[in-house]
Amino acid sequence: MKKCFERLYNGLLKENPTFVLMLGMCPTLAVTTSAINGVGMGLTTTAVLIMSNIIISMLRKVIPDGVRIPAFIVVIASFVTITELLLKAYIPSLYDSLGLYIPLIVVNCIILGRAESYASKNNMIYSAFDGLGMGLGFTLGLTCIGIVRELIGNGTVFNFAVMPESYEPLTIFILAPGAFLVLAFLVAIMNAIKLAKGRDTGITGDCDKLCRACPNKGCAGKMTERRNAE
Amino acid sequence: MSDNYNVSASPHVRSRMTTSTIMFLVIIALLPATGYGIYHFGFNSALLVAVSIAACVLTELGYTLLTRQRMTIGDLSAVLTGLLLALNLPPSAPWWMAVIGSVFAILVVKMLFGGLGQNFMNPALAGRCFLVICFTARMTDFTYDGITGATPLALIREGSPVSLSDMFIGKIGGTIGEVSTLALLIGAVFLIIMGIIDFRISLSYLVSFVIFMGLFAGNGWNIEYLAAQLCGGGLMLGAFFMATDYVTSPITKTGRVIFGICCGLLTGVFRVFSSSAEGVSYAIIISNLLVPLIEKMTVPKCFGKGGEN
Repeated sequence: MKKCFERLYNGLLKENPTFVLMLGMCPTLAVTTSAINGVGMGLTTTAVLIMSNIIISMLRKVIPDGVRIPAFIVVIASFVTITELLLKAYIPSLYDSLGLYIPLIVVNCIILGRAESYASKNNMIYSAFDGLGMGLGFTLGLTCIGIVRELIGNGTVFNFAVMPESYEPLTIFILAPGAFLVLAFLVAIMNAIKLAKGRDTGITGDCDKLCRACPNKGCAGKMTERRNAE
Repeated sequence: MSDNYNVSASPHVRSRMTTSTIMFLVIIALLPATGYGIYHFGFNSALLVAVSIAACVLTELGYTLLTRQRMTIGDLSAVLTGLLLALNLPPSAPWWMAVIGSVFAILVVKMLFGGLGQNFMNPALAGRCFLVICFTARMTDFTYDGITGATPLALIREGSPVSLSDMFIGKIGGTIGEVSTLALLIGAVFLIIMGIIDFRISLSYLVSFVIFMGLFAGNGWNIEYLAAQLCGGGLMLGAFFMATDYVTSPITKTGRVIFGICCGLLTGVFRVFSSSAEGVSYAIIISNLLVPLIEKMTVPKCFGKGGEN
């Protein structure tokens, strides 16, 4: 059970796909014109991610190593098609606003990345929680970007007007350049918080000696040095 | 012992010219255009100039204080950015627009990339383009003499007649600083005589623009049409004061000519083929992005080398 929560924490914060791993940038930049779109895209991806992780984890001993990537793609594409049809049938408004980006979930690198690096090596339960954590982390990232862009670029949040009547929206934020600006600022803020944390409490968290993939930039290899010294 | 026999390390040729002197001289050169704009458009344009200079300086001051860096407002570059931004605003713009543009120009385009010398595009122009995308209606609302009218450039585009002498002196609608070609030319001549700006950029910009317009604008080599295109819009302001910005233009002489040609061709492309009548600001910032490439291509050969490629 502890490992399941660890997976959730890992996906939501420690290895957040949007702010730390910087994966899946295409939908992140393209669909986050409003908070609703961000949540919708995030949850759609989460659903596909959990299902594909479960199936791939179940099939991990059957799939031959040489053709694993095509096999993963077939599984992922099937789930994306199912999700797309479901969205079209039950939430047509979301289907319309996400448009082309729903079929493009097939090539979202988070999904293939988790299949390759986690689901194909771990059992079903852990993989499901890994998919859930990563998916929710992605949803969190997209929603944050969506909220900021919608607030500045349109004066609303989740379609509720929060800015005073006289506010003139900065339209650039719901256009493509705004996506890059907001993403850059949010990542900068995240990194600043992480750096400050690392400075205050010294070295925190667990360490697997993979400094290059480690999100804890404040540590800068000190943890590995200490381990090696011990 | 005489000073002439002092042994010292290079550089041996020194100049009294500092960054703040250069910035100050450019500001002086912009005064005729600013003065004319304020005289021509009235109080609101003076307010815009003041607000945008103040906002630029305060943003830079705030950023340097917040990040505990060396104070850099003394080099006057923030003042110049504020002035240039204000000259690029329509006279009817509200003051808060100047503030938003200034904060974007200084904070995002200049300071976050490392301050003066590190900005990858002209901050004032980036601020202007930011505002154009955000508030398209307000940024293209040119009121003159109480009448909201089209700028001469838009009139030329529609095929309506324009008065060339009015455009040269500046009795037209437009942004605060761009209207009077005469005032801008006075400043430009001053800068070229003082050796502050390089004529190569401005000259190749204007010449390539005229050639492009002659070839593709559909009016042939009609002198009056070409002269109106030269005097209209922000071309003079852009060619002499924006494209020649030290940070965002190439260092090499060949590079400067190529840079000017890029600006000229892009301005022509935007004016002839795009949906809006004006294209100077986009042309210059896109060319700014090409500068590293241009410099890489035009690195001069070391003395004693060459020939062997």
